[in-house]
Amino acid sequence: MAFDSLQAFWLMDGHGPYVWTCYGVFLAGLVGLALWSRHRRKVVIREQQRQLARDRQDQGESTPAAAATFSRIHPS
Amino acid sequence: MWQFFHKLGSPKWFYGIANRFMPWLFWLGLALLLGGLVWGLAFAPKDYLQGNSYRIIFIHVPSAFLAQSVYVMMAVAGVVTLVWRMKLADLFVKAAAPVGAVLTFLALFTGAVWGKPTWGTWWIWDARLTSMLILLFLYLGVVFLGSAISDEKSSARAVAVLVLVGVVNIPIIKYSVEWWNTLHQPATFKLTEKPSMPAEMWVPLLLSVLGLYLLFGWLACLRMQTEILIRERRTRWVKDFVSTGGH
Amino acid sequence: MHPVRKKRLTIILFLLAGLSVAVGLTTYALRQNINVFYDPSEIAAGDAPVDARIRAGGMVEAGSVVRSSEDLTVRFRVTDYAEAVTVQYTGILPDLFAEGQGVVAIGRLQADGTFVAEQVLAKHDENYMPPEVSDSLKKAGHPGSDTGASAEQTGY
Repeated sequence: MAFDSLQAFWLMDGHGPYVWTCYGVFLAGLVGLALWSRHRRKVVIREQQRQLARDRQDQGESTPAAAATFSRIHPS
Repeated sequence: MWQFFHKLGSPKWFYGIANRFMPWLFWLGLALLLGGLVWGLAFAPKDYLQGNSYRIIFIHVPSAFLAQSVYVMMAVAGVVTLVWRMKLADLFVKAAAPVGAVLTFLALFTGAVWGKPTWGTWWIWDARLTSMLILLFLYLGVVFLGSAISDEKSSARAVAVLVLVGVVNIPIIKYSVEWWNTLHQPATFKLTEKPSMPAEMWVPLLLSVLGLYLLFGWLACLRMQTEILIRERRTRWVKDFVSTGGH
Repeated sequence: MHPVRKKRLTIILFLLAGLSVAVGLTTYALRQNINVFYDPSEIAAGDAPVDARIRAGGMVEAGSVVRSSEDLTVRFRVTDYAEAVTVQYTGILPDLFAEGQGVVAIGRLQADGTFVAEQVLAKHDENYMPPEVSDSLKKAGHPGSDTGASAEQTGY
């Protein structure tokens, strides 16, 4: 550790506010990007599943069991 | 070679390949980035001149570095779009532009916060800072232009042209600190020379740059997959894929 | 490569080359305006306008800093190792301000050649090192990274 105590680590000789603001905004930006991107893919998949279900109903095919499989989403 | 190139043009093939690589990109990138940041924040020695405020370098340089190289990648993809009309290249540009915009913003923001205690000002209209601000506008322009044109083909071409016109800004950013008097100092990290800092400072910096690169790769894959699903929604494979759960 | 694609690629490359030349010429023409500050040589040569708000930059000459005993006024010489200009400033200096360090002063050049600054910004170079290394370098006779050699190379 380059610091003697946690207190010193937090204060950074008076530069703490600057350093911690930067790291906070940086991590928030990256986490936000990651969550937003994942969420978007999830939404698109869900929307298209709904669309598919609607199309099938229009064609007269009843697919009551399908809803169970549609909710199984593991985007990774 | 050409066969591979054409295969790369197939969105379906790309979707599967991306799925295989993404966990690696994500976890390796996260480990490298967090390792670099913790090392830089808590264990790297402080600077003789700036003290602890220089620790902002461990996020400022990776953001700025990525912001520029993402733009170069987009420009290469732009050429591919215009010459080969490859769908995947356009998908990459559309997927990467918002990420590049966020990275550029982060570089500018961390730079401003770092500038206050070191230089004595948040902002100065010097060549480096101004050209970096132009890069942010270019990214935003690409994002808006892409969403403003609904026709897929004309949108791809217009965006590619804008990206290519903007690419002249990249050497200006890079060499601004050498061509003109700027308040910003020249680069610490150069490809050809030894970095002008000791290993206990540049190793964590290198780790966080590499980590952010990999995380960008992950984000780009994820966002390209989303774009593929939207554009190829009428194809057989996407319908099958979606109805089997989407993974 | 398909001839159509080859043609497209050639057109793009030509357009890019033309664009770069245009931007290059523009920035070359604007180079003085793009510079964020005048250096002491330019000021000594009379390139800088008198009594207009400009920026002057260079290294703080070692041993030139004189602080007023009454207020926060400080006078120092800024040099580019060829010419030097005297700067007068009243106010709080940035933490990094020191003899041998780079500065950019914002203010007006007076008719007598002194530069009255409203604001002084610190400029540092791209070298980072732990305090111990800097100390031992100083002991060995190198004044840290602020040696003339590195300053000349990087343009402070």
